[in-house]
Amino acid sequence: MDARTDQKTHAETAPVLLSVEDLHVQFETTRGIVRAVEGISYTVRRGETVAIVGESGCGKSVSSLAIMRLLPRKTARITRGRIMLDGRNLLDLSDEQMREVRGRDVSMIFQEPMTSLNPVLPIGLQIMEPLFIHLKMTPEQAKARAMELLELVGITDSARRLDQYPHQFSGGMRQRVMIAIGLACNPKLIIADEPTTALDVTIQAQILELMKNLSRELGIALVIITHNLGIVARYADRVNVMYAGNIIEQGSADDIFLSPAHPYAIGLMRSVPRLDEPRGTRLETIEGLPPDLLNPPSGCRFSPRCPHRIEICSQPIELRPAGEGHLSRCHRVDEVVAGKLTKPQVVVARLAQQELDHTNPIMAVENLKKFFNVTLARKNWISQEKAVVRAVNDVSFSIAKGETLGLVGESGCGKTTVGRVVLRLDDATEGKIKFEGLDITHSSSGAMREKRRRIQVIFQDPYSSLNPRMTCGEIIAEPLAVYKIVAEKKAREERVAELLQQVGLFPYMAERYPHELSGGQRQRVGIARALALEPTFIVCDEPVSALDVSIQGQIINLLEDLQQRLGLSFLFIAHDLAVVRHISNRVAVMYLGRIMELADRDELYANPAHPYTQALLDAAPIPDPKVERGRAPRALKGEIPSPLKPPSGCVFHTRCPFAIEVCKEEVPETRQFGPRHLVACHRAEEVVAHAATARN
Amino acid sequence: MAVISAPASAAVAPRRRGPVMEFIYKQPLGAVSLVVILIMMFAGIFSELVAPYDPLTIDFASILAAPSWDHWMGTDAYGRDIFSRIIHGSRTALVIGFAASFIGSTLGAMLGVASAFFGGKIDDWIQRFVDVLLAFPIIVLALVVVAALRKTVVAGVDVNLVFAISIPILPRVARVVRAAALSVRVMPYVDAARAAGYSNSRIIFRHMAPNVVAPYLIMFTAFIAQAILLEASLSFLGLGVTEPTAAWGLMLSGNAADFYREAPWMILFPGIAISLAVFAFNLFGDSLRDYLDPRFRV
Repeated sequence: MDARTDQKTHAETAPVLLSVEDLHVQFETTRGIVRAVEGISYTVRRGETVAIVGESGCGKSVSSLAIMRLLPRKTARITRGRIMLDGRNLLDLSDEQMREVRGRDVSMIFQEPMTSLNPVLPIGLQIMEPLFIHLKMTPEQAKARAMELLELVGITDSARRLDQYPHQFSGGMRQRVMIAIGLACNPKLIIADEPTTALDVTIQAQILELMKNLSRELGIALVIITHNLGIVARYADRVNVMYAGNIIEQGSADDIFLSPAHPYAIGLMRSVPRLDEPRGTRLETIEGLPPDLLNPPSGCRFSPRCPHRIEICSQPIELRPAGEGHLSRCHRVDEVVAGKLTKPQVVVARLAQQELDHTNPIMAVENLKKFFNVTLARKNWISQEKAVVRAVNDVSFSIAKGETLGLVGESGCGKTTVGRVVLRLDDATEGKIKFEGLDITHSSSGAMREKRRRIQVIFQDPYSSLNPRMTCGEIIAEPLAVYKIVAEKKAREERVAELLQQVGLFPYMAERYPHELSGGQRQRVGIARALALEPTFIVCDEPVSALDVSIQGQIINLLEDLQQRLGLSFLFIAHDLAVVRHISNRVAVMYLGRIMELADRDELYANPAHPYTQALLDAAPIPDPKVERGRAPRALKGEIPSPLKPPSGCVFHTRCPFAIEVCKEEVPETRQFGPRHLVACHRAEEVVAHAATARN
Repeated sequence: MAVISAPASAAVAPRRRGPVMEFIYKQPLGAVSLVVILIMMFAGIFSELVAPYDPLTIDFASILAAPSWDHWMGTDAYGRDIFSRIIHGSRTALVIGFAASFIGSTLGAMLGVASAFFGGKIDDWIQRFVDVLLAFPIIVLALVVVAALRKTVVAGVDVNLVFAISIPILPRVARVVRAAALSVRVMPYVDAARAAGYSNSRIIFRHMAPNVVAPYLIMFTAFIAQAILLEASLSFLGLGVTEPTAAWGLMLSGNAADFYREAPWMILFPGIAISLAVFAFNLFGDSLRDYLDPRFRV
């Protein structure tokens, strides 16, 4: 806490390093001029962390690429504005001068650590490259500095690691290497564009903690571009919220999170399910879609979606003061600040736990195993080195009618494979799957046909889950025709229109091709397609993780509504703990092919008995700076082991703070820990006791 | 339940043009190549009406005449009008080109999709067969087949020549279509179709095939060009179309080679005809692919 307040006063008095003034960026496209960024201004002081938050297409990445002058030359134009770095306008520099600035004064870290390193060069060379170019170091000096940098970003054994290639590093490790490259020349400013979006929660916490510490220790200013409000609350000093090419709110993290002064910021905050708030409230959503930047609405750009829209909102608007150092681009800012415009949250009744019939589950999975054979390398002409990946190893659960079981875990834990096996897209290696009391583990496709209708799926990626060659109407009508649910063509069209309306779309959208719709709309079409077969059970495989925050809320609410109205049961697979908590009745936590803990939602979140569950909950950021400041940085150490060589005994013991000898030898049995609370840990009692003392 | 309002802009239907106008507007180069192809087709179908002379009539009075108002492209060593022979030659080129490319590409595409969908051993065997065919250069493979088979003329077309030209096309299309089909097979929409319990044939024909039409179409049109070239080459070598039939490749061979110094028009114009045809089909293939892909439509 103290370090933080020191930091804060320092940041407030430190001289301004970067100031972006009235920046306008346009793109020339075949359809016309897209005004991607229109008149944004912000400053970054030395050693300060500034966040730029917004949904996809709001111009946040474009504005930072403009700082680096990395915009595509042919189509992008900076029509107005200045970008002052240390008293120099970067827009006036020659290409030669700008190359010297990049990497030396300002460096950039990108989202995708998998593709931002060159796969054919050893990482040592990639770290040393800027040192040779900008600092004219000798090879010996550069190597010494590179080793120092690797240690700095937490990669041990640096001498050996320098000669390794990117594929020998995990995603988190690669992002550390990217940070090392960014730090190489002691830049004054680092721009990080979604630095942790592609990483798992526990790894995300490690990377952000590292970046924050480095910026504090080395006095480097940090601009974090992200859509994730949680990480903003924890790591940013000041925040700029962007919407449709404008900054719509600007202020300190406390201002933005504790007293937001723009209806969009308020809506954004409310549409995210939170780990620290009682569940049972319906998510508030921002209706509609962001405007088309080809011809944005005149006046306030948020007004078409704003619940508090009045006549004056069609007039142009600039940022207005909403408090000290706090600006908002809203005509009614005074009323918002005074709290006159907030709506009460809607509380909806849901099926209570007791109403669910657990004795007669709709879906029961018993001791499910799914192994994949992989070929590692060809030893010689005849023999190959083979290995078995135990993607799912002894997993059991059941889902009652009308219930949602959340399945959480990090990438590679086997949660998606469970979904695929339950859907019979892959065959189980061992174990049983019972649906509506009938064993469907090995039933043939003919026998499966009737059952299959009742088990449907909603996929993660709304872009690739719809056949691009079919219109939305054809996609939804196809199952109706194949199963002869609605035989007659005219009636089928009516049913399609009805289904479209049920998922919140308009009947005329039946004629559209998927690429003509937005991500959220496509996901709705995917849901309508699943509903067409009148299923009783739906596997939702990360249904909202590819969507923008404000759209996520809409889809979650839709799924909940549909569940209530149609009595559906869900297996809800996701990596986002807050989303899973919001929608699930019970939650199962998976790690390396095994279920670590399975309990009723409230029990699991209030009283986690497995160290892995605790670690996941600790690592998940909460969009509230006050709460975040009170939490200790308890990032889980290490990486997820390779599923090719899972650790002996308890698969989690390599990262577990509670691990003892027995954990390395014996696989913990899944045991009853409380009423309807299962856990697979040798030391669950101690874990819970430890958490209790820590809380007190 | 709540019906979420869509943005106002989505409700406005985009301006609709006819498909032909749309193609011309979006793919101007493709439209130009289409015009060239249409002219060729017109010339091929109505050769007798369009050509100023009979392509086979020998006229010793005007041997090796230079291009003039009477003979736009000059005459050859037998005094035959080159312009008329090129017009008649386009029929030969188009019939053999279309037929050979269609047979080769379609069989190849079927093999490719089957290979990708079934996978495993079937995939292995099909691909090894394809490897064997790919091991031979196009021209050599066609030469072997055409030399091994006798000439069989059905409706004025040498069926075996068409067959010989389609053989080297087949493995090339099979490879490309298989690669495309493999990437389609793992798409979530194919999983969704499997999860809905659709039959294999429905998944292959309704969900996979339309999504590999793009590589198929571009291969098909590009191989029309290849087939025309191959027909010309085989005819040049004396194994394809034989004298006195008008064929572009044939016009380049024989005494054209002896007289090209004195009468360069003898090889110049058939050469231009071949190049133009090949170029037009390649360009049209590219444009067609872009136009047909709904993702390229805005």
